[in-house]
Amino acid sequence: MTQNDKTINRRNFLRDGLWGGCLATLGIVAGASARKKRNNDLVWQIDPYKCIACDRCATFCVLEDSAVKCVQLYEICGYCDFCPGYFELGATVLDTGAENELCPTGAIKRTFIEDPYYEYDIDEALCIGCAKCVKGCAAFGNGSLFLQVRHDRCLNCNECSIAVACPTGAFKRVPADEPYLLKKVDHA
Amino acid sequence: MRPLRNILFGLAISLFVTGMTTGVERFPPPDFVETDHVIPSPTSPGPRQDVYEYIDALVLLAALGLATYLILKKRSRRAIFALTVFSLLYFGFWRKGCVCSIGAIQNIVFSIFDPDYAVPIVVVAFFLLPLVFTLFFGRAFCAAVCPLGAIQDMVLARPVSVPDWAESGLRLFAYVYLALAVLFAATGSAFVICRYDPFISIFRLSGSLNILILGGCLLLIGVFIGRPYCRFLCPYGVILRQLSRLSKWRVTITPDECIQCRLCEDSCPFGAIKKPSAQWPEQEYHIAKKRLAFLLLLLPVLVFLGGWAGSGLKGVTSQAHETVRLAKQIYLEDNGQIVEATDASTAFRATGQQTKELYEQAANIRARFEMGGWILGGFIGLIIGLKLIGLSVWRRRTDYEADRAGCLACGRCYKYCPREHVRLKKMKEGSGKW
Repeated sequence: MTQNDKTINRRNFLRDGLWGGCLATLGIVAGASARKKRNNDLVWQIDPYKCIACDRCATFCVLEDSAVKCVQLYEICGYCDFCPGYFELGATVLDTGAENELCPTGAIKRTFIEDPYYEYDIDEALCIGCAKCVKGCAAFGNGSLFLQVRHDRCLNCNECSIAVACPTGAFKRVPADEPYLLKKVDHA
Repeated sequence: MRPLRNILFGLAISLFVTGMTTGVERFPPPDFVETDHVIPSPTSPGPRQDVYEYIDALVLLAALGLATYLILKKRSRRAIFALTVFSLLYFGFWRKGCVCSIGAIQNIVFSIFDPDYAVPIVVVAFFLLPLVFTLFFGRAFCAAVCPLGAIQDMVLARPVSVPDWAESGLRLFAYVYLALAVLFAATGSAFVICRYDPFISIFRLSGSLNILILGGCLLLIGVFIGRPYCRFLCPYGVILRQLSRLSKWRVTITPDECIQCRLCEDSCPFGAIKKPSAQWPEQEYHIAKKRLAFLLLLLPVLVFLGGWAGSGLKGVTSQAHETVRLAKQIYLEDNGQIVEATDASTAFRATGQQTKELYEQAANIRARFEMGGWILGGFIGLIIGLKLIGLSVWRRRTDYEADRAGCLACGRCYKYCPREHVRLKKMKEGSGKW
């Protein structure tokens, strides 16, 4: 704890010099980081325009129940009767029978609004982020269903396991005060 | 309305068949006439609030301060252990690990090399605070604050000593690990420290099986060999070791003077107690002098060889970058060596980007890996060289001392020192009675 010899010899001089150098280096690192300082934390999010709905989000998350869920952007939704995100392609009867549903966990709720419009909601407790509905909606519908990292679930790992597995680099870090990358509404 | 929709639907199918899969708004938004249904908005639950991140940084600061006090002033192993338990619970199980100081190395390196990435201030704090504390007070962070160290400290029940040569040799892994982590972070390829963090799955109580097995094995080894991750793998520990060599204050086994009683000799489970050393015999001294001269000349050769080998590995290391992997896949597909396309290559072709551009990007990244390989390999060569020099330099020691670099400041040795018992007034000066 105590420094026995305070005499200035070559060894102590070198040691003190190195010590000062290390402290200065740490100061430079702090300064360099603060120069680019951003007040918020960064969080992971999926760019919906890069996502190819490959289903890796369902399996690669470190959480048992993936933090990635399907999001319904109602403003884009066509409220279709035959929703390609809700029904399987070969579905013969457009009713809520499980055999017609595309979603493996029945996480999409179909509600009649008025003829011919139906509203589709995601039950996040059931959604596993497999992106089957996303694929259907993007292929035949408006693409209002897409995957997003839900930040009430995400642990914000320093290296997101899904980002590592993502084949298109759709995962990126975004500022925590704007944590979602929703699709742009574009009624052409 | 219905027929129109069916026509549009048919159109959509034809679009799909022609390969157009990205979402476009094919159907107009609904036009409610019978009901006045309002179109809802999706919910957007926010992430953990910033304030908690700042609290984490403050808790880290407080824990480091307290650890320093307990190690250097209070000299109480029991109190240090209590703080270790707290750190394990708080930084490990409650905070669930991320961002930790070890992983923060990569964020800092990444931010230096990537102009777009600004490292959050809390991450900077997690990286710097333990380093600054180490520069002043030794490895207080390792002793009682780091959750990875804490979990290993908990399981250390039957410590066995590792021979010096094995300790030195195995420690090289940590240097290689650090060098690789920096290389991959600098090139923006991967955060390997996080990917192979052995205990994170335990803290989160979920995660991939492989990592759980890795963590379990390390803990099993940790029952006998004290803190295997800290000693032989931890890349942050490598930096802390070097700073700890220079620290202003540090752990001393005895509170005042060493009486050479040898009672502490085997008390350190991490092999960090240095015994007093006698003068080298005359003839051995001459051999050692020659050996040192040879090793000094060998040093630049080792650095060059390491760099040469490191840059030669660019074909392997650059595979860590997704662009390089994609370029390779595309190249093999285009040359008919692989028939089956991957999701990544299919998605790449859908973007309509030129393969030439991709190859150029990949070539640039490979060039960076070649440069990085020189630095990485040179660094490892330098470490090996310096280690050899360190082994052949004689240092005079009169007392039992805690190794400046290797001491994890856990405080286990304190109670072995009779002078400590005198200090605590459990034993009278000179009486030899308890």
